[in-house]
Amino acid sequence: MAYALQQLINGLTLGSMYGLIAIGYTMVYGIIGMINFAHGDIFMVSAFIAVTCFTLLAAADVSSIPLALMFVLMVTIFFTSAYGWAVERVAYRPLRGSTRLAPLISAIGMSIFLQNTVQLTQGARVKPIPPVIEGGIELWAAPDFTVQIGWSQLLIIVTTVVLMTAFTWMITRTPFGRQQRACEQDRTMAALLGVNVDRTISLTFMLGASLAAVAGVMVSVYYGVVDFFIGFLAGIKAFTAAVLGGIGSLPGAMLGGLLIGLIESFWAAYLWAEYKDVATFGILCLVLMLRPSGLLGRPEVEKV
Amino acid sequence: MSTLLSVRNLTMRFGGLTAIDDLSLEVPAGRITGIIGPNGAGKTTLFNCLTGFYKPTSGTLRLAHPHHGEMRLEALASHKVVRDAQVVRTFQNIRLFPKMTVLENLIVAQHNVLQRASRFSIAGLFGLAAYREAEAAALDRAATWLERLGLVDLADHAAGDLPYGIQRRIEIARALCVDPVLLCLDEPAAGLNPRESAELNELLLYLCRERGVAILLIEHDMSVVMNVSDHIGVINYGRKIAEGTPEAVRNDPQVIKAYLGEDEDEAQAGGAAA
Repeated sequence: MAYALQQLINGLTLGSMYGLIAIGYTMVYGIIGMINFAHGDIFMVSAFIAVTCFTLLAAADVSSIPLALMFVLMVTIFFTSAYGWAVERVAYRPLRGSTRLAPLISAIGMSIFLQNTVQLTQGARVKPIPPVIEGGIELWAAPDFTVQIGWSQLLIIVTTVVLMTAFTWMITRTPFGRQQRACEQDRTMAALLGVNVDRTISLTFMLGASLAAVAGVMVSVYYGVVDFFIGFLAGIKAFTAAVLGGIGSLPGAMLGGLLIGLIESFWAAYLWAEYKDVATFGILCLVLMLRPSGLLGRPEVEKV
Repeated sequence: MSTLLSVRNLTMRFGGLTAIDDLSLEVPAGRITGIIGPNGAGKTTLFNCLTGFYKPTSGTLRLAHPHHGEMRLEALASHKVVRDAQVVRTFQNIRLFPKMTVLENLIVAQHNVLQRASRFSIAGLFGLAAYREAEAAALDRAATWLERLGLVDLADHAAGDLPYGIQRRIEIARALCVDPVLLCLDEPAAGLNPRESAELNELLLYLCRERGVAILLIEHDMSVVMNVSDHIGVINYGRKIAEGTPEAVRNDPQVIKAYLGEDEDEAQAGGAAA
């Protein structure tokens, strides 16, 4: 029982990070109807930016952890959203009028480019950083097992909840959100009502990237190691989460992320840890076969 | 009567197909100008050129904007045609945002004002006075048109779930929220029943006479176009074949020919009768 509770906490932490990345997939899919396959690597780049920042701060002897975290978050979000903007500019915008397959391929190209750039400039070896946040709260000391929630886990879960609330508010209540939903439903008509579609799409990529940046900072805090290949697996799992929740749906992406995180934790704890990725991709297959529109997605009705 | 929009020598080619061929047309301010012509004559292409959808192969589209002076529509991007020139259009096949409510559809149309007031959502976040005022004004304007078009009760329904005739009205209401200088309506009466088209007539006349909105109207329903237009241009094969008052156009032999067929057909018909 205590052990299961611990897995629940671990799963929620992991799921929060998947959810944040998944939102980037789902938002971009919503607005241009395509999967941004470079998104996972945007996340990887952000983790490297975070690690670099932490290392620099450690070298500068900054001891206040909240201050350091704020600083790292801001810098990482700034640079990562610039990457997101660039991906859209280079891989998507020039191909917007062409076949649907073309931007897919250019995005995969972007993904390979980002991976290799990081590998060349940062090296292929795993980069560790000293633990930023240590300790936690003991929730329940059962006779055989102590349930603990780390400060970093708490931070990740709370940040995710706050960001999700802010995002939901932004999409449903602000002019930008309205503009974004308008582009999602009918891009041409939105333009004819004065919405700057190009800028809205750019901003969507940047917002997706900044959420991935938050996830990147969290990963570096939580695991303390990054390498140039983490974007691939995290990206595909977040993509699975977006599909599970219903691609195009924001709450769906978050729900999907949490479910994938939980399934992975429990699978690893009770079944075979080495096969936890199989569980995730098994789910992707099942969802695509049984409920392609996902849990919260609405089936698309093709109008003639 | 001053000219609001002057189309000069407009040509639009798609590869080998010339959809609009050296078309010149004047749209007066504060009047209803009808555009008629058989299917495929190039009417919708003209609208697409006006609203930045297509870049004309050649020719000019000059708009004498009452506040901003002369503008060249052919050089503006789609979203600027609305934002800067206040020229707005509706579509033959309705294009509402189906998953938004009726009210939201109308608010999106005012998004330029709101976006400016909200300073990229920052002012909205803190509920600053300037943003709240802009939002209240936008709601007010939306409410005015909802009421004028009898849509108040439906304001919170998803636009895509409403009947066709009502969606048409919402589309017009949304276009009006842009506060247009020129309103381009592409077959607004298509699919309306006789009572609904009578209401449309009344609305168009009200907009033009009371509100001073210039209207460019593509329409096949002659009961609408002949009753409300001050001036009609007839297009066939991308060329203007006639222009004038409804009465004059109705009796123009060129127009009758374009709609009813060539002389040979008549001769054949005569031969068959004999």
